[in-house]
Amino acid sequence: MTKLYRLAGLMMVSLYFMTAQVLASGGGADLASANIDPDNIKSLQRGAANFMNYCSGCHSAQYVRYKTIGKDLDLSEEMLVDNLMFNADKTFETIQASMPADDAARWYGTAPPDMSLIARAKGADHVYNFLKGFYVDADSPTGVDNLVLAGTSMPHVLWELQGYQTAHFTEHQNEDGSVTTTFEGFEQVTPGSLDSEDYDEFVRDTVNFLAYMAEPIRGFRMNLGKWVMIYLIFFLIIARMLKKQIWKDVK
Amino acid sequence: MARIEAEVGKPKGGFMRWIDDRFPFTETMKYHATEYYASKNFNVWYVFGVLAFVVLFIQLFTGIFLTMNYKPAAAEAFASVEYIMRDVEWGWLIRYMHSTGASFFFIVVYLHMFRAMLYGSYKKPRELIWIIGMLIFLVLMAEAFAGYLLPWGQMSYWGAQVIISLFGAIPWVGDALVEIIRGDYSISDITLNRFFALHVIALPLALIGLIFVHIVALHEVGSNNPDGIEIKKNKGPDGVPLDGVAFHPYHTSKDLVAIIIFLMIFCGVVFFAPDMGGYFLEHANFEPANMTATPEHIAPVWYFTPFYAILRAVPDKLWGFILFGLSVMLPLFLPWLDRARVKSIRYRGWIYKSALTLFVITFFVLGKLGTMPAEPLYVMIARIFSVFYFAFFLLMPYYTTIDKTKPVPERVVYHD
Repeated sequence: MTKLYRLAGLMMVSLYFMTAQVLASGGGADLASANIDPDNIKSLQRGAANFMNYCSGCHSAQYVRYKTIGKDLDLSEEMLVDNLMFNADKTFETIQASMPADDAARWYGTAPPDMSLIARAKGADHVYNFLKGFYVDADSPTGVDNLVLAGTSMPHVLWELQGYQTAHFTEHQNEDGSVTTTFEGFEQVTPGSLDSEDYDEFVRDTVNFLAYMAEPIRGFRMNLGKWVMIYLIFFLIIARMLKKQIWKDVK
Repeated sequence: MARIEAEVGKPKGGFMRWIDDRFPFTETMKYHATEYYASKNFNVWYVFGVLAFVVLFIQLFTGIFLTMNYKPAAAEAFASVEYIMRDVEWGWLIRYMHSTGASFFFIVVYLHMFRAMLYGSYKKPRELIWIIGMLIFLVLMAEAFAGYLLPWGQMSYWGAQVIISLFGAIPWVGDALVEIIRGDYSISDITLNRFFALHVIALPLALIGLIFVHIVALHEVGSNNPDGIEIKKNKGPDGVPLDGVAFHPYHTSKDLVAIIIFLMIFCGVVFFAPDMGGYFLEHANFEPANMTATPEHIAPVWYFTPFYAILRAVPDKLWGFILFGLSVMLPLFLPWLDRARVKSIRYRGWIYKSALTLFVITFFVLGKLGTMPAEPLYVMIARIFSVFYFAFFLLMPYYTTIDKTKPVPERVVYHD
C-alpha cells in the first residue's frame, strides 16, 4: 500500500515537471550564457575597473559602497582611491554617476538606470547579451539598436573596444500575412581595439561585477550556509538519539 | 470538597505551589503537554502543525527586526530594504529568513491542510478546528498580500494593483471598495502605510488569536490520527487512551527531529537559493515600483497562483472574482461535503483516492499556470483544470456516498 502511495507521489511530481516543461518551452529570446564565476576575484577586480571606467559616468550604483567593494574584492584603501573613486572622497560613499540624472533624462529621453540591482532584476545573461548586442541602425538617433532591448536609448558606449557590427535578419511571410523576423547573425564592419574573444572576456568580467554588486553578501552567505548545515546535521543526530531513547518503551 | 479536588495534582509546597495558587501553571502544562494524549502512530504528515508554529515564530521574530530598519514610505521603502540587505549587520539574513519564511508558511500550511484531507481530520467532531483553520488560512493570505507590497518593487506594486482592482468587479460598491482599500485613487504612499499597519499589527494579532483558539479547540477534542480512530474510545484503567502517548515528552521529541529536518531545508533556501529561481523573490521586484511602467508580465507570488489561474480562466470579470473567492472558500465546507463513513484514506475506496490524486495534480497545474502569461492555450488548460477543481468539492457528497469503504479496526495500526 505504502509503495502504491509512493508511486502515486512520484508520478504526480514527474507529471508536474513535464507539464511545466511543455508550458515553459514557448517564447522568449534565446540568451547566450554569461558564464560568470563569482568566486574569481581577479575577474571581479577587472570588472570593477571596467565599470568605473566605462559605466559609472552615466550609471550610478547608489546602494553600493566603495568600502564594501574594497573588503570583498581584496582592494586596499589606496587602490580604491587611486583606481576606482573618480568622483568620491570617502570610501563609505556610494557609487554616484558623474552625469546629473536630470540632464541625462533630458539628453537620452530617460535617465540611465541605477546598476546596483540590474543583474538581479534582469539576470546576468540578459546584461551580457545586451552589452554584446549593439548593431548599426541608421534610423536610430544613437546610430545603433540592440538585439536584446530593441529601441534602447543607450548609445554603443563600448564601440572603441568592440568596433561596430551589423545584424542580419531574414523575413518570413506567414500564412496569415504577418511577417516573422528571424535574427541570423552579426557581421563585424569596423574592428575595435579588442578582438572578439577579448571583448567577451571584458563583458564577462563587467557582468560578473554587476552580479556581485546586486548581492555583495552572496559569497559570505554560501560559505556560512555550509557551517549552518554541518551544525544542523550534528543537532539532528543528537535529536534522533533522544527521540529513540524516549520512545523505546512505546509498543 | 471542591476545594480538596482542586488541590489534587498541585505541588505540595515551594515556589511552584506559590505560582499554582495564583496561576494554573502546572494544570495548564499537564492539560496541554504532559497529559495531553495523542496517538502513537502519527506519521510524517502530522508534523506540519508544529512546523507552522515554528514558521510563525520565525516570521514574528525576524519581522520585529525588519521593522526596526524598514521605512514604510513610498519614497524610502525600496531603499530601506536594500539598506537592510547591505548595511544593517546581519540584515540580509533577517530579510532572507522573512521572505523565505513567507513561502514556507504556505508550503507548510498547504501540507497541513492536505493532511486533514488525507485522514478526514475535518470530520465530526473536529469541524470547528477545521473552520478556525480556514480562517487562519484567509488571514494568512491577507497577511502575505499586505507584506508583499512593503518592499515597494515593481511586482509589489503591480501585483497589488491587479489584486486590489479585482474588488472593483463587485457591482455597485466595487469602485468605492477599491478606494477604501487603497485609501487613494491609485496605489500610493497612503496604501503602503496602511498595508504596513495591517501587516505588522492588525493581521498578526488576528493570526495569533485564531491560532490560540485553533489549539484550544484541538486539545478539547483530541488529535485525529492516520487511522481516523478516536483513541479516547479505548482507555486503560487509569483513564489514559491505550493508543495515546503524552504530547510531552513523546511527540515533542519526535517533533524536534522534524523541526531540525525542516530547518535544514529552510536554511538550504535561505543560504543557497533565497530567490528560488524567481519563485520566492520575483526578479522584477528588484526594480523599484514605477507607476508609469507596467511590467510586461504580472504574476502574483506562487502561493496565490492556483486561485489566480481560476480567476483568469473565467471570461467575465465579476464571475471570475466570484469563482476566485469560491475556490478559496470551498474547502471550508469539507466537513459537510464529505459524506464518507470513514475518516482515513486508509479505509476509503478507490473513488476518493482517485479524486484526491486528481485534485493534487489540479492544484499544481493551476499553480504553474497562474505564474505564466495568459496565452489562449494556457487559459484553455486552466479552464479544464478549474472544472476539475470545483468538481472535486461539488461532486463530493455524491462520490463519497457511493465509494466502497473498508472496515476500520478497533485500535490504531502501529509498527515500531
